[in-house]
Amino acid sequence: MARVVVDPVTRIEGHLRIEAEVDRGAVQDAWSSSTMFRGIEIILKGRDPRDAWAFTQRICGVCTTVHAIASIRAVENAIGSAPPPNARLLRNLIIAAQVVQDHVIHFYHLHALDWVDVVSALSANPAKTSSLAESISDWPLSSPKYFTGVRDRLKGFVDRGQLGPFANAYWGHPAYRLPAEANLMAVAHYLEALDWQREFIKMHAVLGGKNPHLQSFLVGGMATPVDPDSQSALNTHTIAALKQFVAQARDFVARVYIPDLLAIASFYKDWAGHGRGVGNYLAYGEYPDDDTANPVLFLPRGIIRGRDLSKVEPFDETKVTEYVSHSWYQYQAGDDVALHPYRGETAPNYTGPTPPYELLGTDTNKKYSWLKSPRYDGEPMEVGPLARMLVAYVSGHARVKELVGAVLKQLNVGPEALFSTLGRVAARGIETQIIAEKMDAWVDALAANMGSGELRIHDNSKWDPSTWPADAMGAGFHEAPRGALGHWVSIHNGLISNYQCVVPSTWNAGPRDAKDRRGPYEEALLGTPVADPERPIEILRTVHSFDPCMACGVHVVDAKRREVTRVRAV
Amino acid sequence: MSRQRGWLATELEHRGVSRREFLGFCTTMAAALALPDAAAAQIARAIQQTAKPILIWLEFQDCAGNTESFLRASRPTAAEVILDMLSLDYHETIMAAAGRQSRENRDRPVKDNPGNYIVVIEGSIPTGANGAYCTIGGESALDIARNVCSNAAATIAIGTCATFGGIPAAAPNPTGALGVADAVPGVRNLVNLSACPANVENLTALLVYYLTFKRWPPLDHLRRPLFAYGKSIHDGCERRAHYDAGQYVEAWGDEGHRAGHCLYKMGCKGPATFQNCPNVKWNGGTNWPIGCGHPCIGCSEPDFWDRMTPFYQHLPGVPGFGVASDIDKIGALAVLGVGAAFAGHGLIQIMKRVGNKPEPLEPKTPAKGA
Repeated sequence: MARVVVDPVTRIEGHLRIEAEVDRGAVQDAWSSSTMFRGIEIILKGRDPRDAWAFTQRICGVCTTVHAIASIRAVENAIGSAPPPNARLLRNLIIAAQVVQDHVIHFYHLHALDWVDVVSALSANPAKTSSLAESISDWPLSSPKYFTGVRDRLKGFVDRGQLGPFANAYWGHPAYRLPAEANLMAVAHYLEALDWQREFIKMHAVLGGKNPHLQSFLVGGMATPVDPDSQSALNTHTIAALKQFVAQARDFVARVYIPDLLAIASFYKDWAGHGRGVGNYLAYGEYPDDDTANPVLFLPRGIIRGRDLSKVEPFDETKVTEYVSHSWYQYQAGDDVALHPYRGETAPNYTGPTPPYELLGTDTNKKYSWLKSPRYDGEPMEVGPLARMLVAYVSGHARVKELVGAVLKQLNVGPEALFSTLGRVAARGIETQIIAEKMDAWVDALAANMGSGELRIHDNSKWDPSTWPADAMGAGFHEAPRGALGHWVSIHNGLISNYQCVVPSTWNAGPRDAKDRRGPYEEALLGTPVADPERPIEILRTVHSFDPCMACGVHVVDAKRREVTRVRAV
Repeated sequence: MSRQRGWLATELEHRGVSRREFLGFCTTMAAALALPDAAAAQIARAIQQTAKPILIWLEFQDCAGNTESFLRASRPTAAEVILDMLSLDYHETIMAAAGRQSRENRDRPVKDNPGNYIVVIEGSIPTGANGAYCTIGGESALDIARNVCSNAAATIAIGTCATFGGIPAAAPNPTGALGVADAVPGVRNLVNLSACPANVENLTALLVYYLTFKRWPPLDHLRRPLFAYGKSIHDGCERRAHYDAGQYVEAWGDEGHRAGHCLYKMGCKGPATFQNCPNVKWNGGTNWPIGCGHPCIGCSEPDFWDRMTPFYQHLPGVPGFGVASDIDKIGALAVLGVGAAFAGHGLIQIMKRVGNKPEPLEPKTPAKGA
């Protein structure tokens, strides 16, 4: 048995450490540890709930919209605020843009280098690369001359001896299986995607002032006025710009991302047999289609258990709990109980080794992570694009069924292949395509509202805290790019008395629970092959397939109501 | 470090950037930094003659927001080229290597290239729990920062967490989080690029300044470059005329809001906030928060999570306004800082410049243990 440690796990957001026992060329056991903690929920106590979105937004700058959305929904739910239709449409567009941009960045910049050997691209034949590219897509940047340019540029980079971000990686590892030409094509698209994301995300600047950390959210609506007759509001110029952004997204996803995904996946089909995980899937659903309290969702809500694709179970909010048995926190009633977020209590209780350390000591020390262990009805759940696509597939979402079917057919694999490392990669791509296609409809609806004089962006009736009950509680649910996100807020006399976030990367990357059941990362790593324990690229493949976002994952709520004293502007 | 000359021309050519475009970029940069016209040539010369300097980007108690901002560098196109022309040897969110191999990339320049690399730090540094609130490879953030900064030519703290502690340091600061200046006392040639996140245009301009003059630009009393933090948001705001005319947004979505009136009454902290948002804007000049209709939250100022909140309550002591009755109940101390800045924002700027001296870079390896 060899203890393999990967710390830091790079090409993720945040700080993640994986320890794995490797024997006979495969992972026998694994521990997922988050090694950073800030305590933002403690910081939120005693503050104005209308400010909470800005605080929670700073949980993560990669998925920079998600905690803002969940927060305003939670507070609106608590105080009974009803955002008007334009706010819903603007939020849907902001969420969708986040998903599309985030998934593309994940594929090319965070995950691709686990499958694509950059050094191998140097020996590619540009003419053959051109033929390959043109055989899978009509994307115009595909000439031999173009790929010669990319190869030479890469060569210049290598010849200078300063590999920068590509230095000291696992290049040449036998697990890399793409031909040189496919590697060169992928490197070219890595660079193109870097430009594309920068341009596409200007859509967020139009709707939110800037990206990262958009600044147009409000409890009760949005801060972007809508008025076709004003130059200081979202107007028809905005509609034209949004149309262009959406077209730009559809184009790149359909003609570059999806063809690349299928081409690369076809060389790694064995990864449909690795990284199975816990086999339970949770999706809160997203993209409300109306303004009722329980709106129809474009992507549905529900639970799938035990890889059973025959039914979707309805989601029951009361069944969400969290354990701290293996986390660096303590519960008053003992560390083996599970608590619902409204009763969530936590006190940091670091019991790990004092830094600097070599190993976490998981054999003797029960606690090993700053993440808690969320459970649904007592069971670990995987969340994310795969969960969303499975729930939509089984719920009968026509376009999801169509695209999932098409991808399975093209890769010549059955539905069981979805429960895997490769399945997560494919689901992310399918979702990107579906959302990129859908965005246009929300732009059209916004334009129609402008035309009919429906200019409301905010529910002013509940803005003043004096209109709120003395005590209020609310929950906000959202599908972040990485999965199901919930915020639970308690408000007392107009101020936050308790705040808790149960986050996608907590669901996926959390440690074992009181019954010693592994979290989804840990479970997915079992059986993952490791050819060379010194260069465990296979571990990265499976962990990256979840798209870790560790800053999001770590949260804490103070057990006792702590008096927060601070100075204020007013 | 490679000392080959002429690589820039090749690099630019591969990227489809013409000589003319490159010189245009240098002129823009000179203008952005308020330098005389002749400086453009000097910038061009400096950039081309410099071998790729190593950049080590450390992330601690961060959200990667500044990393994402960095990926948005967009104006002009060559700005991205300049960033790429640094050798980004360590950046956890971007780099290919992982685990031990990645840490080797981080530690190698400290040993092999002392005094010849730049460090960027994103995120605050926790001092509680013996460093256990943030570890990488089993080492505490504090130990890593001290080691890597000890031999650096210069350090850039990017974002309000790294500069002033930011959100982790907001009351009650559960982890004992500090900004770089406080966590690594004596760190040499430190420049603060505050804001949440920092605007990449300011990082680009700062790096160009450094590559050109081998020193940092003049800084304010918070170690921020004057070219980016020398004026208040209020001074450059596109809605300033409405403020002067007494035209305010009174409710979200009202007529004044749709007409682009001043957001002061909705809580705007622009008068007490120093940054160049109104001029450079965000995402390649696309927009900025006040432009989209939301007040400034003061994100470039120290302790803004405590001093500028609640975000939707307006600043006190404004000429022409009755002071809200509950102001008296709140600590007068807090009001003083923001209120004084507001009442005398012109004056404050002058004060900021007094006693501010640019720090020359020390060309050779300083002693360890900064």
